Amino acid sequence: MSDVEQAITRAHHDEWARVVAALTRRFGDLDIAEEAAAEAFATAVERWRADGLPPNPGAWLTTTANRKAIDRIRRENKRDDKHKEALMLHVDDPPEPLGAIDDDRLRLIFTCCHPALAVEARVALTLRMVGGLTVPEIARAFLVRGTTMEQRITRAKAKIKAAGIPYRMPSADDLPARVSGVLAVLFLVFNEGYLASGPGTDPVRHDLTTEAIRLTRLIRALLPRDGEVAGLLALMLLIEARRPARVSAGGELVPLAEQDRAAWDTELIAEGHRLVRERLAAAAAGVAPGRYQILAAINAVHTSARDIRDTDWSQVLALYDQLVRLDPSPIIALNRAVAVAELDGPEVALAVVDRLEEALAGYHAYHAARADLLRRLGRSRQSRAAYDRAIELAGNTGETAYLTRRRDQLR
Amino acid sequence: MRYLVSVIDDKSNPGSTDRQPAISAFNERLIAEGYWVFAGGLADTDAATVVDNRGEQAVFSDGPFVESKEYLAGVWVWEAPDLDVALKLAAEASKVCDRKIEVRPFL
Repeated sequence: MSDVEQAITRAHHDEWARVVAALTRRFGDLDIAEEAAAEAFATAVERWRADGLPPNPGAWLTTTANRKAIDRIRRENKRDDKHKEALMLHVDDPPEPLGAIDDDRLRLIFTCCHPALAVEARVALTLRMVGGLTVPEIARAFLVRGTTMEQRITRAKAKIKAAGIPYRMPSADDLPARVSGVLAVLFLVFNEGYLASGPGTDPVRHDLTTEAIRLTRLIRALLPRDGEVAGLLALMLLIEARRPARVSAGGELVPLAEQDRAAWDTELIAEGHRLVRERLAAAAAGVAPGRYQILAAINAVHTSARDIRDTDWSQVLALYDQLVRLDPSPIIALNRAVAVAELDGPEVALAVVDRLEEALAGYHAYHAARADLLRRLGRSRQSRAAYDRAIELAGNTGETAYLTRRRDQLR
Repeated sequence: MRYLVSVIDDKSNPGSTDRQPAISAFNERLIAEGYWVFAGGLADTDAATVVDNRGEQAVFSDGPFVESKEYLAGVWVWEAPDLDVALKLAAEASKVCDRKIEVRPFL
């Protein structure tokens, strides 16, 4: 890649959300902001290639996008003279000073992740408006047609406008719930990348995990004191660190116990551990950790062990016990049972898992966990049946391949 | 912005019938804080009549335009600066009425 291409990519990463957010505030319209930002970046590609880089790419993009937005409003005003004066008043305002713009990105994120929007609309809108992914890229990521994704985003923007979803920071008492809504969207994006669903997809979608981490870093920079933001970032980093060991050469998912730990990314692990330590210090000072922080701590225990046999399972179990008190969901209970199996043996764990049948009968990981415990107990026939059910329900190609091999190894 | 706030009841699982005092108090507050435009409870859907005069002559039919388990039991019209304010009030309204609430903006 040439210097100019690199600069364009970097500017897109660094400036897209900033430009869209500033324009949304100035013009009060996501459509205008999105279109003008896209035009400004397209112009940058042409002009920077021909004329070289401007001294301040961010300012160049903001100015250009502002001009594009004004052009569009002028064009539309020719058709509709009634609104002309009102709009032109705004348009002639000087651009906002740069210092105020960081808050605009937060406003943009909270608007895109508003609880009055459907979850899939929040995900799509966040990736488009904050992440700067193109509509075809988002469509590919979620395996829907481009036109479907376009409609989803258009409908979400129309609802924001028609229903009066505000472009501002939530009130202080709403903030924790709204931040947790934003984190849920980012974790959803990450998980779709980490365990991609759908036949014919790669088992791990690096593009999505990377994007989710990038956006979580942005939120972390904007809300540096929020413990759950730090927790989610740490969690993503510690999971992402294991990515190089997570898929075999044959495209099979490799479970934690069988991964080549030398292939883990030590830099990501170090960063994740730093964040977890920061949160542990806060917990020691009396700040109760939320679920992402506890999940991050569990992953920190795993990534601290050089060998699966060195894993501090009693620590893992203690953290899961803490998590169960916070979130008594059966999926957490299922993951806790894995630690129980290591400490108290597969028989005790199986009894725990079997109690979850009613809630989790349709969940592939429940059957996979049972299959593994039954295999360890030498109950091959039952184990095979559980593997069959898990394979039937699993949506991830790499996981299906792994489960199938495991089943076929049963005597 | 102006919002139509609909109270949704469920024929098979109706909300409690002792809510009137709480609703009146809530209405007083809506008025005092400047959100209240209009409010009204509705008679049973059996009392509705649908009129269709798109053809040659008006046709009247007994009952609501759609038969469903869930139905509109009452409405408010609120004036609120944005959806966040309307949703916060609606969350309170749902508790006060012991029923589901739909918030829909006017054009």
